[in-house]
Amino acid sequence: MAKVPVQFTLNGSEKAEFVESGSTLLNALRDKIGDTSPKGGCHQGTCGACSVIIDGELRLSCLTLAETCNGAAITTTSGLAEGGVLHPLQRAFLDTFATQCGFCTPGMIMAAKVLLDHTPNPSRDEVVEALSGNICRCTGYEPIIQAVLTAARANSQNAA
Amino acid sequence: MALALQTFPTVKDANAALKAAGTRYLGGGTLVVRAANEGDVSVSGLIRSTDPALSAIAVAGGKARIGASVTMAAIAGHPDLGALAKAARAVGGPAIRNMATIGGNLFAPAPYGDFAVALLALDATVDTEDGELPIEAFLAKRDDSRAIVSSVRFTLPKADGFHFLKVSRVKPKGVSVLSIAAVLEQAADGTVSSARIALGCMADRPMRAKAAEKELEGKKLDQNGIAAALAAATEGTAPITDPIASAWYRAEVLPVHLGRLLLA
Repeated sequence: MAKVPVQFTLNGSEKAEFVESGSTLLNALRDKIGDTSPKGGCHQGTCGACSVIIDGELRLSCLTLAETCNGAAITTTSGLAEGGVLHPLQRAFLDTFATQCGFCTPGMIMAAKVLLDHTPNPSRDEVVEALSGNICRCTGYEPIIQAVLTAARANSQNAA
Repeated sequence: MALALQTFPTVKDANAALKAAGTRYLGGGTLVVRAANEGDVSVSGLIRSTDPALSAIAVAGGKARIGASVTMAAIAGHPDLGALAKAARAVGGPAIRNMATIGGNLFAPAPYGDFAVALLALDATVDTEDGELPIEAFLAKRDDSRAIVSSVRFTLPKADGFHFLKVSRVKPKGVSVLSIAAVLEQAADGTVSSARIALGCMADRPMRAKAAEKELEGKKLDQNGIAAALAAATEGTAPITDPIASAWYRAEVLPVHLGRLLLA
C-alpha cells in the first residue's frame, strides 16, 4: 500500500509523516507521532474518546482520514498544559474527581474546550449538550459536568 | 487497512473515478470510515471531491439549495435554515454534526438518517450528474446509486408548518427509536389542507406515512380529528429491530408519538 505524506500542526508544532493511504488520524497521532491522548474506543463515532479539535472544530479522529488533515491545526489534550501547569479544564477535572478510569477524559476535555472557547460561561444544559457525544462508563457524568462548570467559573474569574 | 483515498477538485472527475469497482464516495466519514473500521472489506478505494459547490448553501425566494458536503452543524447554525435546526441538531453529538453531511444522511441506514426523514417530509429533490430526482425515488434506489449527490433542494416550510420529533431513550442524545417529520398546511378554518408525514426507523430507510396523511386531510388537529390518522399510522411500515427497540415496540409507540407531534 502506497504511503502518502501528511503535514499538519499538532498543538502548535509542525508535524510531517508518511501514512498509509486510508489510515485514520487516530492511528497517525497514536502510532506514528506518539500522541496517545486521543483514545480508540468504539471506532464507530459513538463514544467520543478519540475527539480532537481540528481548525477549531470538534472532530472524531477515528473517523477522520489522516490525509484529509493536510495543513490543518490540530489540538489534542496532551497540548493543553503549558510549562508544567495544567489547563484550567484539566485542573477542574482533577479537583472535582471527574476522572475515574480516565479513558474518556481526553475526549471529554476536548469537547469541553470547544464549548468554553465559544461559550465562556455556559449553562448546565449547554455543558450537557456539548458532552452529549462523549460516553463515560464510570462517573455517571455529574462530576464531569461540575468540572466543566468549575473551569468556566475559573476562566471568568481570571478574566475579571 | 487496505484503503486508498483519491481526491478530485471537481465532482465530474470524482464521478468518473467512482466508476471503478470497489470504490465508494467519502463525505464526512461517519458512514464510510466507520464501515472500514468495522472490517468492511468490500471497499478498497475512497473517492472524494473538494469542489466548493458541494459546500455551498443558497437560500433565495423561499427555496434552499444545500451542497451535499454541508454538515449538520452548518445547517443548524445557518440563519436562514432555522426551521431545520432542530432536525439537524437531532443528528449525533457535536463532533458528529461537524462531520456528518446532508449528502451522507441520504444514505444512512436506519436507525440513522434522521435528517433525511426531514428532507422526505419537505419533498426535497436530489441532484446528481444523472439529473434531479424526487427524494422518494432517490431513497428507493439509493443502494444502486453510483452518481455523487451534488446538492439537495427544497422549498422552505412556513415557520409553524414544519414539525420534527426524534424519540430516543438516552437524553439528550441517543440513537432513534423513531423519528417523525411533518409538513402540514391548514386552511383558514383550521382543517388540514395538505399533509406530508415522513417516518424514520419504520423501515430500512425513511418512508412516507401516506395512509395517515390521507386521513388527516380535511380534519382539525385535535384529538378527534387525528384519531383516524393515528389508527392508520403504521400502515405499510416494516420497522427495524435493533438493540434500541424491537419492530413490535416501534409499531406500538408510533401512533403515540405521532399524536404528540400533531397536537404540539
